[in-house]
Amino acid sequence: MAAWLLVAGGSLHAETQAFGLEMPAADLATATTTPTFAVIAQADPYTGDMIDPSLLGTDAESAGEGTAETDDDLMEEAVYEGLEETAADVDLLIQRLPEGSFNDRRAVAEELAATGDPRVPVVLTALVEGRLLATGDDPPRILIRAETGRAGRDALTGEPVDADLIASGRRVPVHNPLRNALRNLIAVATISAPDPERRAASLRRLMRDDVSPDMLAYLDERVELETDPRVTDLLLTVRALARLNVDDPEQRLESIALLRGSLLSEVRVRLEATATRDDDPEVREAARDALDSIESRIRFFRFTENLFFGLSAGSVLLLAAIGLAITFGVMGVINMAHGELIMIGAYTTWFIQTLIPGALSTSILLAIPAAFLVAGLVGVAMERGVIQFLYGRPLETLLATFGISLILQQAVRTLFSPLNRPVASPDWLSGSLHVNPLLSLTWSRIYILVFAIMVFIALLLVMKKTSLGLKVRAVAQNRPMARALGVRTGWVDALTFGLGAGIAGVAGVALSQLTNVGPNMGQAYIIDSFMVVVFGGVGNLWGTLVGAMGLGMMTKFLEPHTGAVLAKIVVLIFIILFIQRRPRGLFPKKGRAAEA
Amino acid sequence: MTQKHWLKALRTPSVVLALSLFGASAQAADPIKVGVLHSLSGTMAISETTLKDTIEMLVAEQNAKGGVLGRPLQAVVVDPASDWPLFAERTRQLLEQDNVDVIFGVWTSVARKSVLPVVEELNGILFYPVQYEGEESSRNIFYTGAAPNQQAIPAVDYLMNEYGIERWVLAGTDYVYPRTTNRILEAYLKANGVADEDIMINYTPFGHADWQSIVADIKRFGEQGKPTAVVSTINGDANVPFYRELGNQGMSAEDIPVIAFSVGEEELSGMDTRPLVGHLAAWNYFMSVDTPENAEFIEKWHAFIGNTDRVTNDPMEAHYIGFNMWVQAVEKAGTTDVDTVIDALKGVTVPNLTGGMAEMLVNHHITKPVLIGEIQEDGQFLVVWQTDDLIPGDAWSPHLPGSRDIIADWTPPISCGNFNTVTQTCSGQNY
Repeated sequence: MAAWLLVAGGSLHAETQAFGLEMPAADLATATTTPTFAVIAQADPYTGDMIDPSLLGTDAESAGEGTAETDDDLMEEAVYEGLEETAADVDLLIQRLPEGSFNDRRAVAEELAATGDPRVPVVLTALVEGRLLATGDDPPRILIRAETGRAGRDALTGEPVDADLIASGRRVPVHNPLRNALRNLIAVATISAPDPERRAASLRRLMRDDVSPDMLAYLDERVELETDPRVTDLLLTVRALARLNVDDPEQRLESIALLRGSLLSEVRVRLEATATRDDDPEVREAARDALDSIESRIRFFRFTENLFFGLSAGSVLLLAAIGLAITFGVMGVINMAHGELIMIGAYTTWFIQTLIPGALSTSILLAIPAAFLVAGLVGVAMERGVIQFLYGRPLETLLATFGISLILQQAVRTLFSPLNRPVASPDWLSGSLHVNPLLSLTWSRIYILVFAIMVFIALLLVMKKTSLGLKVRAVAQNRPMARALGVRTGWVDALTFGLGAGIAGVAGVALSQLTNVGPNMGQAYIIDSFMVVVFGGVGNLWGTLVGAMGLGMMTKFLEPHTGAVLAKIVVLIFIILFIQRRPRGLFPKKGRAAEA
Repeated sequence: MTQKHWLKALRTPSVVLALSLFGASAQAADPIKVGVLHSLSGTMAISETTLKDTIEMLVAEQNAKGGVLGRPLQAVVVDPASDWPLFAERTRQLLEQDNVDVIFGVWTSVARKSVLPVVEELNGILFYPVQYEGEESSRNIFYTGAAPNQQAIPAVDYLMNEYGIERWVLAGTDYVYPRTTNRILEAYLKANGVADEDIMINYTPFGHADWQSIVADIKRFGEQGKPTAVVSTINGDANVPFYRELGNQGMSAEDIPVIAFSVGEEELSGMDTRPLVGHLAAWNYFMSVDTPENAEFIEKWHAFIGNTDRVTNDPMEAHYIGFNMWVQAVEKAGTTDVDTVIDALKGVTVPNLTGGMAEMLVNHHITKPVLIGEIQEDGQFLVVWQTDDLIPGDAWSPHLPGSRDIIADWTPPISCGNFNTVTQTCSGQNY
């Protein structure tokens, strides 16, 4: 009955045997409905006492609804609630965890796993996540810090301990190889855990190593018992992977048929091995065929992925360039300090984040208007202070704004420090959207894409629908005439420049979520911004949009073939050649104003 | 330099007169000048400002102890503004106008290459505190940072032995240090039986910010069923978006660890560390190393800089070692004369901050321990491995075909930075 435990081959072998615990099939049947670690928590191996499942069930469920406790906290709750007696030798083992080297710790963890004590998965999970602490006493008290909050509990008895004691504990050190070993141990212990997420995680872990056919009997049982469709899918895949190792070629062919179309990389690796190494030519043929069918899907998703990367790179270019499309495109000011306005926006984000620590989402949302205002005011000051005296003298504007950019950089260096500033991302901006195992889109990029389009539309509306926009366009087309019609051109110039600068500041907020925030960050964007505006056509917002997206796509489709360095060069050469043929960019301004 | 100028000056009668008037007291109060050549503005200010502060702290501390040879030390700080040609100009200024007796400074190999001809021409002493690609040994430069065999090679060994890594991504910024280091690593990996298709080499421009495709490529490269690791020589500013992208695409340190040679405590203090936790770095010093020397150094640093949040890092330790070596050599020589001090420096041993003794070798490199650390949430490193012994620095890598037979030995009879052991000649090869 314990056949499932004998995972032959692969690194899981030892760990699985460590859990060498007899378990009747009837118990496994109840496992899925018992909200605790079924495999090991059914009965205390030392006392033989059964843990009352109904008690645990109500506890875990009610806690899950009412409070914000996390999965791990709930798991702890369930295990320690059901704990009646503790085995002294397990206690000793747990107390030995902080001692010695990483390898010693690994040996102790394997011994612990072999005991089958219900506390083991809890303790090991805490250890993996760096939440297992030891006090300086002799023997040390082993504590588990809760996932949320600063309090915790005693790892041996489960009794709650206060935040002070937790703060005094030293974290039991773990490193990556140890973490990996621990995760394998935990995976075996949670293969029939009540939480479907944990069961799925356990199966995904098992899949990484060669799955032995010895496990088939157990997998068959699990497939019968499993209620969650996603976990069933995984189970079927794992079972098919295990069947790739059986002697009967018919069964191997059946597995290949089932694995056909799976996008998981583990499946591809195993199919690849079967296609090259299987004894039976028919099986090799089938595996090769299945791989080919996956291959075409891979190509499709890679193309989709590239498309997204291109759009995302384009959206960053758009954000960086759109402010310049106003100051340079509409007003004709060659603003070399544009990058520094982006930097000011990013520093505003950092500043607000340090003002209200702990509220990451609020601070980011607050930073958008704040950065617009701060960068906009700096822009207005620049225009009134320097640029207004230099209209019509592009060379001098270039030099003056370049000087301003250096002054702004050094000011930030002196005011804050030359070191980069850490800007954290809220959770909804981290991680990615998993479409399937081949395609996942990072959230930050998705949001920035949406944000860039929103900023673009907002700017377009300002230019087309508001009286400021009308005046801006009037001044840009014919300054003397606009003045004659009563437009205060100086005022409009200052506001327009402020608008462009403010949008650069807003771009800084978005960029702070992608890259580092430091005094030099602006320089990285100035060339790209000018490239986009010139390529798209000076004075045309739509041109900026198309230019940014076009250059983004081009870079991202070139990069896989040429590498990042050459891609940059190729794009630059392309733009130079393009400008030779069409000096006014993609969408040149038309009409008499273009001549001015 | 000062000594020579004195000798020259002594030949003129008026100076002799002046000297006899002021007597020996003037000589005793005359400070020994220590040049500090670190960028305080421009792109490199981010890393170099701290090193300037470190030398100032060490100078102040030495003065509190009574200076060197009974004379006080005086730091002469210049700002090369992250501009490579300006590094050479400022070096000339330090040696010709300010007449400094030693220079501590320079960061990045380009800057060092531009300073090298100047210190050789004007016969100065330069202590270079940053890890670098090797393949160089000048009579006038002392390399207190790590050579590749004191950082890159042990790091790869660690990943091979502890993680069982079989596939390697060598990712770096496109300039001399990553290119040479990766050339050495590639040769080393192949010599250790790694197949061509299991090595992926990738270079990116300075400050590269869009890592989407590269990280996706690395992920695919790592999904071939063999344990994979990334060896990163990615420089400075490009690291933040790189690690963020790794985190966002769900590549954890447990699946594909990244070991970095340019990410230290100082760089981490400007990053959101969450996506980096568990990734690795190889250095010769970590702030978290628990030794009395280190605790004392950190305490002094905090007192000097007036901020207990400031971190210490590897190049700071290199300056600490270099400075103490120079002080000891000057005291041993009894003079600040450049040629005498250069000779006296060889074989000098001073304690490092990790509990060992650093020795200046005849190739002008020093002995160092190698430590591997895992990045923690607080921006510090947990030391997960370290070499048993101190590793002597190799000026010339034995893994590269061109430099295999070359050694550096600045003691007679060889007295050469690139001596070819096969042809038995100081090849004069351009380093």
